[in-house]
This record gives sequence, C-alpha cells and structure tokens, in this order.
Amino acid sequence: MDAIERDLLEKVADLHGVPEGAYNIRENGKSVSRSSSANIEIVSKTEAGKSGIDIFIKPGTKNESVHIPVILSQSGLHEVVYNDFHIGEGADVLIIAGCGIHNCGVQDSEHSGVHTFYVGKNAKVKYVEKHYGDGDGTGERIMNPTSEVYIEEGGSMEMETTQIKGVDSTCRVTKAKLAKGASLVVREKIYTHGKQLAKTDFLVNLDGEGAAADLVSRSVAAEQSHQEFNAVINGNAKCTGHSECDAIIMDQGTVTALPALTANSVDAELIHEAAIGKIAGEQLIKLMTLGLSEQQAEEQIIQGFLK
Amino acid sequence: MGALLELQHISFLADSEQGKGERKEILHDVNLTINERFVALTGPNGGGKSTLAKVIAGIYRPSAGKIIFKGEDITDLSVTERAKKGVSFAFQQPVRFKGITVRDLLSIAAGKKLTVSEACHYLSEVGLCAREYVEREVNASLSGGELKRVEIATILARGTELSVFDEPEAGIDLWSFNSLIAVFEQMHRKVNGSILIISHQERILNIADKIVVLADGRVSREGGREILPELLSGARPSTCAVLTGEARRG
Repeated sequence: MDAIERDLLEKVADLHGVPEGAYNIRENGKSVSRSSSANIEIVSKTEAGKSGIDIFIKPGTKNESVHIPVILSQSGLHEVVYNDFHIGEGADVLIIAGCGIHNCGVQDSEHSGVHTFYVGKNAKVKYVEKHYGDGDGTGERIMNPTSEVYIEEGGSMEMETTQIKGVDSTCRVTKAKLAKGASLVVREKIYTHGKQLAKTDFLVNLDGEGAAADLVSRSVAAEQSHQEFNAVINGNAKCTGHSECDAIIMDQGTVTALPALTANSVDAELIHEAAIGKIAGEQLIKLMTLGLSEQQAEEQIIQGFLK
Repeated sequence: MGALLELQHISFLADSEQGKGERKEILHDVNLTINERFVALTGPNGGGKSTLAKVIAGIYRPSAGKIIFKGEDITDLSVTERAKKGVSFAFQQPVRFKGITVRDLLSIAAGKKLTVSEACHYLSEVGLCAREYVEREVNASLSGGELKRVEIATILARGTELSVFDEPEAGIDLWSFNSLIAVFEQMHRKVNGSILIISHQERILNIADKIVVLADGRVSREGGREILPELLSGARPSTCAVLTGEARRG
C-alpha cells in the first residue's frame, strides 16, 4: 500500500493500518487483505459476474466491529460490488465502511457499492460510512451507493453517512423495510462544491406495528454544486416516521428537497421537515463580534452544522 | 487621559419601512462619553438605543460623526476589528447555531480552546449548571432565558474593556437581578473597563454611575444616579412616561 492509498484509508475509515477484528480491505477492484474473527466470518461471493463479499455475524455477537473500506487509486476503474451483511439475532455490532477515490487521470473512476443488510431479530447495528475523493486529474470521481435494509422484529439500525469532499457525482439509494418494533435512524451529511452533484433517495416502508424511522440530512451546497433530497416514507401500520432535510446554500449552489409521506394506516404518525437557506447574516455578525473574520465565521458555522 | 469611548455627533439614517428609497433618521447628533464603571442607556422604545449599541459594535455605520475608542478613531473599522480592539456586544435576541456547542461558542469568545472546566467556570457565573450545558448545542433546544445567559457568558469569556449589553435582563427566567448585577460587578473587577447596559429596569438603573436617556434619537437627559427619582416620578413627561411603563415590569 503506498502513501496515497494509506491516506485514503485514513480519510474513509480512520485507519492507520490493519484494523483489529474482522475486516476486508478492497483496493483497485480486489480484496487485498482480509480477516475473520470467531464470531464474524467474511467470505467472497462465488456467483459468476458478481464481485463482493458475504459477512456473517453470529447471533448474540456483542461489541465487535467489522471494517470494510474500499479504495480506488487507479484512474478509469469502474466497479460494482455486492456486499451482503447477515446479522444474527441479538447481535450488537459496528460496521465501518467507506470509499476513497484518488483520481489523477483523465478517465472517470467509479465505485458502486450495493449493500444489503439482513438485521436479525433484536439485533442492533451501527453502520458508519464516509466517502471521500481527491487527486487532481480531470477524470470524475463517482460513487453510487445502494443500501437495502431489512430489519426483523425488534431490530435496529443506525446509519451515519458522510460525504466530505471531492466526490464529483453521487447517487445514493437507501431502501428499508421494517418489521414490528424495528427502528431505523439515518444521519446523513453532505458537503458539495465545484460542479458536483449529489442525490439521495430514501424509500422506507414501515410495515410492522411500532416500527420507527428517523431520517435526518444536513447538507451544504457551495459554489456551483447541486443536491437533491428525496425521502419517501410509507406508514403501513401503527408506526412513526420523520424525515428532515436541512440545507445551507452558498455561492451559486442549489438544492431540491422532496419529502413524501404516505400513511396507509390510520395509526401511522408521519412528519417531514425541509429547510433550505443561506447562512443567516446575524450568525455571521455574532461570530464577528467575538473577533472572527467573516470568512472564519462562515467556516465555523459550516463546520458546526456538519459536525 | 480621554474617555474609553467617545461618540461625537453620531447620526444614523435607516431605510424607511415604507421603502421607496426614503430614509429616516434614527440617531441625531448624539454626543456621549463612556468612562464610568456602569453606564445605563434608557428611554422609550424606538428611541434609538439598540441602534446606538449596534453603531458602537460596528454592525451599523453612522451616516455622520466619529467614534473614538481608547483615543483611536474606529469609525471606519469593521465589526471584527472593533472586537479585536476590545469591544464586546451582547445581543438582545441571541443567535442560535445548529451544531455549535456552548463550549465552542465560549472558546471562540475567549480566543482559545477552552477546557471543560474553564467553560464551566463561565457558565456557573451566569447561574447555569455547567455540566448540563457545556456540550449542548446553541440551538432551539435552549430556552430564551438559557440562551440569554449563554450570551452573557460569552461576554465574560471575552473580558474586553468595553462591553455593551442590549437589554440583558429581558427573558432571564428564574435568575435574580442580583445575580446579573453581581456578574457585572465581577466583570468590572476583572477588567476594570466600562459596561454599557441598555435597560428599562429600575434595579439596573439603580447601580449605574451614569444614566443616559435616549428619546427620538437624541440624548434628552444625562446624569448620575441622582436623576433617577426624577425620571421615575414623571416630572419630565418626555422620558418618564416610558420608564413608568417599562421599568416597573418584572
């Protein structure tokens, strides 16, 4: 692994080397390093034409983590990867994914990760994912993550996704189906700049009684970038659903927010909120009265907003 | 030695609410020196008090006149430059920030990253149970009164020679006036500067070393604490009508 790759790995997974516990590091289209643990087994997919891994987490596994970072440093590489997570009943685990693309060539580099999560009964999963791009080539850095989430009775999943910098185009699709008493929490943070495009689509079906979903997206669209936020929540039983898009626009940045709710049960309680606007002038002035310059004040506000 | 702050013939024109490019004079030829420990600025609503405070902080630029701070003409300096020179301003309606914690805000005010215990120190001074607040976001989850006290704490953390408070007592729930006054006294002991307080409150006016009444954008009365009974008695209809309306509240 060279310096560029090590840097990408640090940016997307806070890793300085080989992680502890179970992991799979994918680099330029292939798995370069892998380790299973007593409770977590990682195996390559065997189906023809389908690249990726299956991750099996034994029922009752507690306080363990899985790292599955992906890094691309070869310009012009396009890949679709299928990762399936089978999380056993009552398990409580942390999954850290992330993708970093360094593109210094003229050809586009693209990573499309298709993740499917089967969250067992009463299992608890925290999923953390960071996307990052760098390199000064003219080739675009493209990431299109798709997540499918199936949560069984009493299970819960918390997804924390962050796209910090340097991804030219992204279309993120998250589909979830929640059974009785299951819960899904999503915290999304996106910063776009230049001519970047970021689109997120959520489709959540609250099928079971007592199911709950809370989707919160905070984003900043600077320079000429554009973002779209689509969140569809269907309440098919006695359930609670909430979606929130909070966006700051700067320069010539543009944002579209399209939250949609459908209540198919009279006991479904669904709420959506969307707010788009520039940084409030009084926020800048307040920080300037504390001695910051206008630019420092702006940075401070954005840093806090996306924290 | 000259005064800490001197306002010379300050006027301020604002765009009228009706628009059409008309401008209305909010401040008219205001002359004022501030050198005392506590100076109270009072007078009727709409008299120009908040505007004057914002002119001092640099948020508004006067259309005429000069502002001299520690002997230096700061009329053309920005908000940031004035802040760095030692002017602090506590907003009447404090601003909320998503994601910025109380500790972050106090750190910005202090100009250095504060430890939890340093941040707690400032919070305890304004009567907030520090441990509960230090990592809270300065957002809509704080009540108006809590926010107001955090605002005062940021001014404490700055510790500048001149501090301007725009109606600090408004909305401070469950916290006594005595505590607020104790905070002002403590601030003065620490930096030995001047504190300008916009207030209608008799109890605040009572501790002032100088009281300035601003009405219709002009200084209509100025003097020591001895003018307070006259302001409250209604002897001067132009000022007392306001004070009696507002001062007895709360």
